[in-house]
Amino acid sequence: MHELTSTRANHLIDPSLHVWEWQIPVYLFLGGLVAGMMVISGYFLLSGRQKRTRCACFMLPSLSLILLSLGMFALFLDLEHKLYFWRLYTTFEILSPMSWGSWILMLVYPAILANLLLRLPAPLQVAFPRLQELSDQLVGHPMFVKWVGAVNMVLGGLLGVYTGILISTLAARPLWNSALLGPIFLLSGMSAAAAFVHMIAREAEERELLAKADNGFLMTELIFIALFVGGMATSTQVHQQAAGLLLGGPYTAVFWVFVVGLGIVFPLVIQLLAVNHKIQHTPVAPILVMLGGLLLRFVIVSAGQMSHWTGN
Amino acid sequence: MARFGMVIDTTKCVACMDCVVACKTENEVPEGLCRDWIVQEVKGAFPELQMEIRSERCNHCDNPPCVDCCPTGASHVEPLGLTVQVTGDVCIGCKACLASCPYDARYIHPEGYADKCTFCMHRVVEGLEPACVAVCPTRCMYFGDLDDPNSQVSRLIRSRKGHTLLPEAGTKPRIHFLT
Repeated sequence: MHELTSTRANHLIDPSLHVWEWQIPVYLFLGGLVAGMMVISGYFLLSGRQKRTRCACFMLPSLSLILLSLGMFALFLDLEHKLYFWRLYTTFEILSPMSWGSWILMLVYPAILANLLLRLPAPLQVAFPRLQELSDQLVGHPMFVKWVGAVNMVLGGLLGVYTGILISTLAARPLWNSALLGPIFLLSGMSAAAAFVHMIAREAEERELLAKADNGFLMTELIFIALFVGGMATSTQVHQQAAGLLLGGPYTAVFWVFVVGLGIVFPLVIQLLAVNHKIQHTPVAPILVMLGGLLLRFVIVSAGQMSHWTGN
Repeated sequence: MARFGMVIDTTKCVACMDCVVACKTENEVPEGLCRDWIVQEVKGAFPELQMEIRSERCNHCDNPPCVDCCPTGASHVEPLGLTVQVTGDVCIGCKACLASCPYDARYIHPEGYADKCTFCMHRVVEGLEPACVAVCPTRCMYFGDLDDPNSQVSRLIRSRKGHTLLPEAGTKPRIHFLT
């Protein structure tokens, strides 16, 4: 036998860590989604696609601003010392991923705003004619447009990876302690963003392009998830125990059925049929992809908190 | 510069919880929370059983993940004794430090900031022992400078068998348990 009896019963800590609830998965999902939208809209700018009047890229900056702000609000709700949130911006802690993330977000907002400025939404055009004049001037500089595209792609990539690195550096929780979480969250964010743009795209050719891109993201994400689980299951004892949460443990069904099955494999099959013109494009696959991405964060955040180091 | 640490003789500890009560009283730890606690570990198969009783708390690690992950610098290593401390009005309550600690030694104070054992530095600067050490009726707890080879804690670590908690986590904890 090996039995531990503790007198500790601290709130949020015992019997197992549960410090992060719905706010953090929602923030990680929205952060990843916006990261993906930045990469996609950046690519559209770089490839000159924004010259098309019906390009979905025009909707992405304003949607990104709204979704990112919602994510930040969820993060704010999670803070226990809310009135001190500004302390994040009084220092830069080089070893803290959260500090990196805070400052990356400070750069992300201006990058999205610069993107927004290239094609102001109609209400803003009417309300701020001076801004429209500035927008017209900026669009006349192709290099500026390409720079905005490149910066959005780079910052989007950083934001997407950060959402995974944020928790993967917390080595005390073995399930999170994998360098693959960064790429998995980035791919999941890219995939959710491609699904979202696929859903709102007005041109058939654009829908096709996004569905094909999403299929690539989903297939790569599947490979990375297999590597993540396989790596964890063949690592040290504590990592094997952590993998057990997804392989026979309490998160097995929700992870394999809803995250992997209905969130990745099933929409991938639908979209493969759609891009091969066997069936019509419908919102079913994109909606499943986005729900799967959200659920992935819920499972990883929750299961990770259950995983812990055990002494012998 | 001193590097404070603690040695706890598990063969003398009787789990009376005086250390827990002393800490709560000295540091006005809110109801329902604790900075130190008692763990009773039983191993083996009857009748070959081994029991170890430990008074546990923040390990003031040499490689503290709670300090590395803190986005505001609220969790920091104090120059005096190289102990790990939290500045309450710099902490935003993000709870990353709680998640980063393999010993689950931290909690959120009802006022919103992360809190934990301070090694009673307010007493130590006045030449007193931490409250838990001072009240221990079996004198099983020792506090001192681990970098001073002549300190009682250094001599005990050299002369007795013992262990730290989860050394494989790589945090280099500074509380040694004698067995």
